[in-house]
Amino acid sequence: MAEPEKDKSLDKKLTRREMLAAGARGAAVFGLGGIAGVIGRTAKADVTVWQIDPRKCTQCGNCATYCVLQPSAVKCVHAFRMCGYCQICFGFFDPRTHEYNTGAENQLCPTGAIQRSHVEGPYYQYTIGPQIRGDPSKYDESLCIGCGKCVKGCTTFGNGSLFLQVRQDRCVHCNQCSIAPACPAEAFVRVPAGEPYLLKDKLKDKEGQR
Amino acid sequence: MKRGWISIVLPAVLAGAAAGVQRFDLPEFKSDYRLPPTQTPYPRASWMEFVDLAMLLAALSAASWLALKKRSRRWIYVLMVSSLLYFGFYRRGCVCPIGAIQNVAYALFHPAYVIPVVVLAFFVAPLVFALAFGRAFCAAVCPLGAIQDVVAVKPVNVPGWLAHALGLLAYVYLACAVLFAATGATFIICQYDPFVSFFRVSGTLNMLILGACFLVIGLFVARPYCRFLCPYGALLRLVSGASRLRVTITPQECIKCRLCEDSCPFGAILKPTPEQQAVPRAEGKGRLAGLILLLPVLVAMGGWLGWSLGEPFSRMHYTVRLADRVNQEKTGQVQGTTDASAAFYATDRLVEELYQEARDIRAGFARAAVATGAFVGLVIGLKLVQLSMRRRRTEYEADRGTCLACGRCFTYCPIEHRRRKQLHDRSPVRRV
Repeated sequence: MAEPEKDKSLDKKLTRREMLAAGARGAAVFGLGGIAGVIGRTAKADVTVWQIDPRKCTQCGNCATYCVLQPSAVKCVHAFRMCGYCQICFGFFDPRTHEYNTGAENQLCPTGAIQRSHVEGPYYQYTIGPQIRGDPSKYDESLCIGCGKCVKGCTTFGNGSLFLQVRQDRCVHCNQCSIAPACPAEAFVRVPAGEPYLLKDKLKDKEGQR
Repeated sequence: MKRGWISIVLPAVLAGAAAGVQRFDLPEFKSDYRLPPTQTPYPRASWMEFVDLAMLLAALSAASWLALKKRSRRWIYVLMVSSLLYFGFYRRGCVCPIGAIQNVAYALFHPAYVIPVVVLAFFVAPLVFALAFGRAFCAAVCPLGAIQDVVAVKPVNVPGWLAHALGLLAYVYLACAVLFAATGATFIICQYDPFVSFFRVSGTLNMLILGACFLVIGLFVARPYCRFLCPYGALLRLVSGASRLRVTITPQECIKCRLCEDSCPFGAILKPTPEQQAVPRAEGKGRLAGLILLLPVLVAMGGWLGWSLGEPFSRMHYTVRLADRVNQEKTGQVQGTTDASAAFYATDRLVEELYQEARDIRAGFARAAVATGAFVGLVIGLKLVQLSMRRRRTEYEADRGTCLACGRCFTYCPIEHRRRKQLHDRSPVRRV
């Protein structure tokens, strides 16, 4: 039904305009191919995600406020292997406190996310959030807002076993993390999605091997 | 007991350095206490990115077919809304080709950065499709375009001169985005993406207001971001100018009935040129020659402007700002430290090293800003040249560059109606 385009197909001769268009098309293909070739050689199938390098983090508190999510995708994690299980933990207690009990006024965490439980003797376990019932290895972190107050306390007075990490199940993986430009220590880095955490104890192991 | 612990804690604190010190050993538990594992919830699987890529390619193919062969505005609209739901609200606006410009620019100048294959493919695929079939991406795939298209209820005509002038903004934005990405300062397209906060249903107040402004303007000026700001749209405009196939208003020969004249909310329909030329040929030629001679002047002016803006622009870079601050603190111009300078002092890096790095970045910015300015000058010059080039047109046609392939004009064409009727009559089902 549809007749072919009228005069263009009738005379096979290229007009000047068509030739220019073909030339431009060729140039565009060449340019695109060039760009793709130059950076495609090193391209990796694994996508990258944002993560905090805990060795650089200064616990400024920007993670809690600059994330596109509220509450932030950054949360505190605990490397239990590095913890001293201190009875008086300055990641948990406000240093100005007079009573070392779990009263809210004595706690450092503004949302009361950190749970303190007795293990044995003088040793206490600190977890981010209460244990999820039925699964002993999981804790409900929803109260943590990523402000890093406990991290500062733990790093200054203790072992630094508490540190901040981007929770990859919450993170929406912005191409440009909105916290990254606000980070005063340039601690935000892109890491491969296959290995999306920079855990302090693991990093230490790696450094130890070197 | 409490006192005893404090007496242990205090000396340890005083002895220890700033960070990462193992002050207390892990206790040897006598009970059967087991260390809980550190929770590391994983992101969604990497292969899901390839699902996104497959969706992109499928949507691009479908959009091209619908615009060129099927010629159905209704189906284009359906595809557009589906893309809005998938790439916009489900994938929350990332990954997108518009932002991928910056990853590509960054990768070109930072060999250490490994660009994910999917991001590269997201950048290249819509351009390749535009080269073959026109801007099918804008029509029905891009979620940013889609959210503006659904709110364009009462589009008004933007006068030609204004549309041409505003259209240049997109090239300026593109040039700046490449400049800031290539120098490693920041990804401005992502930072100032007006609609992504809607997709995430979360965002800062400023960005929500900006997005709302675009949508309110979008009620009357159809797709303002796409036409006047989108940097990827600027690339697509260039590329689709040379596209192999393109959307035609009429399926066959134009009968110049003028019915389609007002159908395009984007002002992309070109009218036939009058037989009588408004400007005598010799005068037009003279003006064109003048503009071509003006071209190098504009490029030089752009380069000069870029050169003078290089210094203020370089402060967008974190390291430059930090070096400035540290320098001010060292020379006593300011008192106290900021979070950033304090973090720098906490590392064992030398100040001189930081200054050197900042100097290198400044030099890079100076070069890149000159190139950026020259590019902007070139674009303005070429636009002027293009506007004064006369082309004879005998029928109504869609402008290759600015046509978004949305398909609104199809149903305005009486020939299209005849074609549909024929298709309808020929359909075997209907014949029964």
